[in-house]
This record gives sequence, C-alpha cells and structure tokens, in this order.
Amino acid sequence: MALSGIQIYKMLPKTNCKECGFPTCLAFAMKLAAKQVELSSCPYVSEESKAELAESSAPPIRLVSIKSDGFEVKAGNETVMFRHEKTFYNRPGLFVRVKSSASLEAVKELVSRADKYSVNYVGMDLEVDGFALEADDENKFSDLVKTVRTITKRPLILIGRREALSAGLENINGESPLIYSATLENWEGMADLALKYKSSLAVSGETLDEISELTEKIKTKGFENIVLDLSSKSLGENLAKATQVRRLALKKNFRSLGFPTIFFANGDNGIDAIEAAQAIGKYSGFIVLNRFEPELFYPLLVLRQNIYTDPQKPIQVQPGIYEINSPNADSPVLVTTNFSITYFSVANEVEGSGLPAWLLVTDAEGMSVLTAWAAGKFDSERIAKSVKEFGVADKVTKKRIVLPGHVAVLSGEVEEELPGWEIRVGPREAVDIPSFMKQAL
Amino acid sequence: MPIEIPIDKWPGSVREVIIGATEADGGTRSKTIKVGGEKTMPFLHFEQPTPNKPVIAIEIKDHKPEDWSPLLEEIWSTETIEDPGLWAVAAEKAGADIIVLALCLNDKDGLQTKPENAVASVKKVLDSCKLPLVVFGPGQVDLDNELLVPISEATKGERLVLGICEDKNYRTIVATAMANGHLVTARTPMDVNLSKQLNILITDMGMPPDRILMDPTTGALGYGIEYGYSVMERLRLAALQGDAMTQFPMIVTPGFEAWKTKEAKVGEGVPESWGDWKERSINWETITAVSLIETGADIVVLRHPESVRRVRFAIEELSVA
Repeated sequence: MALSGIQIYKMLPKTNCKECGFPTCLAFAMKLAAKQVELSSCPYVSEESKAELAESSAPPIRLVSIKSDGFEVKAGNETVMFRHEKTFYNRPGLFVRVKSSASLEAVKELVSRADKYSVNYVGMDLEVDGFALEADDENKFSDLVKTVRTITKRPLILIGRREALSAGLENINGESPLIYSATLENWEGMADLALKYKSSLAVSGETLDEISELTEKIKTKGFENIVLDLSSKSLGENLAKATQVRRLALKKNFRSLGFPTIFFANGDNGIDAIEAAQAIGKYSGFIVLNRFEPELFYPLLVLRQNIYTDPQKPIQVQPGIYEINSPNADSPVLVTTNFSITYFSVANEVEGSGLPAWLLVTDAEGMSVLTAWAAGKFDSERIAKSVKEFGVADKVTKKRIVLPGHVAVLSGEVEEELPGWEIRVGPREAVDIPSFMKQAL
Repeated sequence: MPIEIPIDKWPGSVREVIIGATEADGGTRSKTIKVGGEKTMPFLHFEQPTPNKPVIAIEIKDHKPEDWSPLLEEIWSTETIEDPGLWAVAAEKAGADIIVLALCLNDKDGLQTKPENAVASVKKVLDSCKLPLVVFGPGQVDLDNELLVPISEATKGERLVLGICEDKNYRTIVATAMANGHLVTARTPMDVNLSKQLNILITDMGMPPDRILMDPTTGALGYGIEYGYSVMERLRLAALQGDAMTQFPMIVTPGFEAWKTKEAKVGEGVPESWGDWKERSINWETITAVSLIETGADIVVLRHPESVRRVRFAIEELSVA
C-alpha cells in the first residue's frame, strides 16, 4: 500500500540538509509520496528505511520485458492516467504477426521486409520492434522459429498451444520471449513452460475477474512476469477495460491486475490502424498487427513517439540548416528557433507553399520565438553564430536571411553581427509565410 | 468477490449545444444536430452513458481550392469542387452529419472574395443540402468580418455556426451571430487558459453559453498532435470538475491539419519508407481524428470520404456500452 507523506517523513533523517533539492525533509517526503522524486536523491536515508520504502513504492504496474540477442522491449512502470500529469514512459512495442500457415518463402519475405524497415522522423530512426510467431503444431513451430531467426534477431512473441510452443522455445536459447496465452484451462502447464524457458506469460480471460483470478493462481508458482490480454469485441470495450485496469493498478494498487497489457489489432485494413492507434494512446504495452506495410507502420510509429514524449520537456529539433522543397543557391534562408512546434509550424507552411527554401534552425534551447527572445536565447549573436556554424554562406549566392516578424527589433543588431548580409523581416505568424514568400521574396 | 471498479464522480458536465434549426424553429434544415452533454472522460460508459455521439463534419470550399492535395480533388471530382452546392450534396452522401463551408480568400479570378458572392455560396449550400451548416471565414480579420456579417444577416434563424472567433477578432462575429440567432466557434492556440479567456470574453458580450463551440486547435499526427491531445484532455477534465468556461463542446479540424502535412499531401519525392500514398494519407487523417475523438472532440472536420467511413466505424464501436 502506498505510504502518505507523513509516514514517509518519519523514515527520513529529518535533518533538513537540503541536499535533495528541497528545503525540508517534509517537503521531500511529500514529493516522494506523490512519486515525483526518487528516494535516491536523499544521500542519508538508512538502509532499513530504504528497504521499507522500496517495498511500499514497488511500481503499481510491473515492468515486463521481452528480450533477445541485443534487443529489449519493455512495458509497465507507468504512473499516470493522462500524459500531462507527468509522462508515459515505456513506448509500446509494435509487433508483426507471422503465421506458419503461410509458406516459408512468404514468411521470409514478410519478416525481412519488416526487419529491415526504418523510417526517419525528426532525426530519429523508427523501426518495427519484433515478431509474433504463431503455429499449431510442433514441427511447424520449430521450422517457423528457425526460419525467422535466420533473418532477424528482434524479440519474439510466441502464440500457440503448449506443446507447439515448447517446440518453438527449444529453438531460441538465452532469450526471454513472451508466450501466449494462459487461460483457466491451461494455466498451470503454461506457467511451468514460462518458468522453464524464462519467458513472460500472457494471460487471457473473458472478464477482469477471470483474468485477476488467473494471475493470482500463476503468482502462487512464484511467477510474476505476466502480461494481460484485454482483447474484446469493440473499440469501446477495449477502451473501458484498458482504463479500468490502469485505474485499479494506479489508484487502488490492485496487485493482481498490476501488469502491462497486450493488444491485437485484428480489424480490416485501415481499421487496424485505428485500433492500434487507440492502443497506443490507451495504455497498451505490446501491440500486434496482422500485416506489415510502411503506410501503416509509419503513422503508428510517429503517433507512439508523439504520445510518449515528455510533456514537461519542450521537444527540440536539432539546430542546423534544413532543406525544404529541394532549395538551391538562389532560394531564401528563413530563420526560426529549435522548439519543435515552432519548427513544425514553419516547416509545414513552407512545405505547403511548394516554394523551395533553406530553414535555419537556431539553437534557442527549445523555446518558441517570442519566449526565446524574451529569455535572451534568441538574439543577434545566436542568429549570427548559427549562420556561420552551419555554413549558410556556402549554400546561397544571395547573402540574405529572413527573421521572424516577432523579432523585427533584432534586425539592426543582426546586420551589425553579419556585415554584408541583407536582413529581412518576415511575418509574425507561420501561416502568413507562404504569401510572404510569394510576394516579398 | 468481484472486482470493484473505481469510478470517477464529477460535479460538472459539458453543455449541450444544438446546431441548425428546422422549419419549426425558424430555419430550413431537415434536422438538427446536438453535441456535448458528456459527464465522463470520453466513452467511459461504465461511469455514465454518453448522451450524444461525436459527429463528423465534412469541409467544403466555395470553389476549387488552390492548395488541396490532388488526392482530394480526384475523389470529389473536378465538377463537384467547383460548385459548393454539388459539393455539399456529395458530402452528405459521403456520410457527413454537418457541412463546414470554409470560404476561400480569393475568388476564381484571384480577386478577394466579395461579400455578395460569399452570401450566394452559403445560400447555394443551404438550398441544395439540408444538413446543419458551419461557415468559416478565410481567416483574415477584416475580410472575415466583411463576409460573415452579410452571411449572418442573410441566413437569420438557421442556427449556423460562424467562425472563426479569435482573441484578436471576435466582437463583430459574436455580435452578428447574437443578432441573427446563430452560434460561434472560438479558436485559441493550444492552451487551456487562452481557451477559457476567449470563452469568457464571448460570454461577457452576452452570447448565451449554449451557442458557443470551442476549437482548442490541434496539430496533425507528427506535427504537434500531442499538444492538442493533452490540452483537450485537460479542458475536458476542467469541464467535468465544474469550470463553466471550459464546458463547451469541442470542434477540431483534423482534416485541415492532416492534409497540410507532406505525408498526406504529396506522393512524389518522399521516402520509400512512407509507403503507399493514398493509404498513408487516409491513415494520417483517421489516426489524427480518432486520437482527438478519444480526448474529447465533439465534432471532427474531415476531408476524405474514406476517412469519414473509417472514423464513423470507430465512433460507432466506441459508442457500444
């Protein structure tokens, strides 16, 4: 059970040394109770208190990971219902389902296409996390696993009856896959299998009561690496169950449902994208899709990235000179800051205009134009520095840059910093950039 | 012992707003659309029933838009997008609950849209299609006022939604909507407090609160959706906690946002890892829209008929208790 701030305070040194960054031990205790700081910030807490506090602060949603040689997909350890309350931590793994009913040639083709897939989104390379392999007999399962392992090392989920799974597991050593799934009928054998092969175990049931009864049974075997399968008939029911499980875990510390979840997007083409999108926003730990297509995975990987960014840290883009619509030496240079929203608004408008341009993204410590200007993080020196640092003079014949309208006041100073450059003032709002470019540049 | 599911009990709820007026109420619409009224976070039927499903609006223009993706031009056909009347009928056929007529800045000849032509476009839409109507100005302060005032007067009693009210330009639009029995939509840039502030200004003018929609603005998937997403969740939570100035139904424009992105708009000169253009663009629009519906959107404004079909499917599935 979670402890209150006062209960925690009693276990702290009570010296008010301030080394944790808070003025008093009581203030620190309150933050601990709210799970907003780590106990490790206190250098003087006794071992005894540490153990006691660790017990009470065991995460309400257990961390479960699927591992293979060089890869790991983690789920769990989440602390909030809504991302703005703190952040969501472990991005759900996206898995491609591979069935033995397809020919081995088709399996090879699918797996190698998905395994090699990589898409760049704001400087990050996003990839498929792993594969969910499914077969109904022993021989097929071992063939499937062997075939897939000649192509990819990514983590695996194995789906099938116990005997078939066992054949599959024999062919992967030193990994921790997830096996699917334990039910009221087969749980004992499945739990033994999971223990033997050090895998995690998915648990399926019609209702939350049934699922929690199952997890309690499995825990009596000393096994806790459990993943809940909440799959239901509709988006509405999925949403309700996912919300209920997350609430029970976080608000009631309800241990028998304090595990990450797995979701299968089984809908028709296009609907599967919607189902997976809901699963990303609403708490799934592992998501399995029935097909692999770039036009399906790209938006889902981006959504996952968006939902799981930390809302308390402004997302920054890498400062530098960005090319939009294939600019050449005659194209204009537009200056902006490296706050992601600022960058996106500007880049999007320029892109939409169809006109080529260089976008000079200045390091303003991730702040928007006005905020950065007010904080002294977007001034003539920084702008001049980025012009030099990113070699703008080598890219264009006409030495001219366009400042955001909100910092028109800087134009004189920038002129002094950059002798020989023409300094122009653009519109205040990104939405007016296309007409400005058409008319004034 | 069965598990006891924790239930959130909220003191507040979202206001119900009725868009459009039938003949009985002084308009000419064949039906009205009621939005809002929620007493829980979206679709948590185990707490309280959802009184009104989110609705889908389709955005049309007064003539062929210059900057729309070729995919959209193709699906609506060249004749349709030259004629707002035909376009509205096609949009109704494609499954719209509401039509959004977003007026262009310029007319076909590249000259600034004239008030009499804008009024004619609105009339044309009202005559050919009997769904409730939302009219957005082109988004430039002076021109918006110049166009929306005569439109408002010429359609008195229809309970149109007029937009877009922003902090720099809301007085004229609110005044004319009040005088002619219309509604307004209030747009603020992704910020809970700015949103409240504008709602306060509009209600202070005497606009009845059941004639206000709010548009907290959103970014498309990949282009800042997470900001709009969290602002909308926070607005809905504030409404449920009883903050009267956040209790307005939300209208958002995922179609506009998604189709502005390179991912949806263009098919050439993009990385191969982006996949099939058409399917990608529809995924971009539907994922943006459904994510926003799950954070509390009451009206989503879309552009592609296939997105409408898929988002409708999602709304129906989410509405199953």
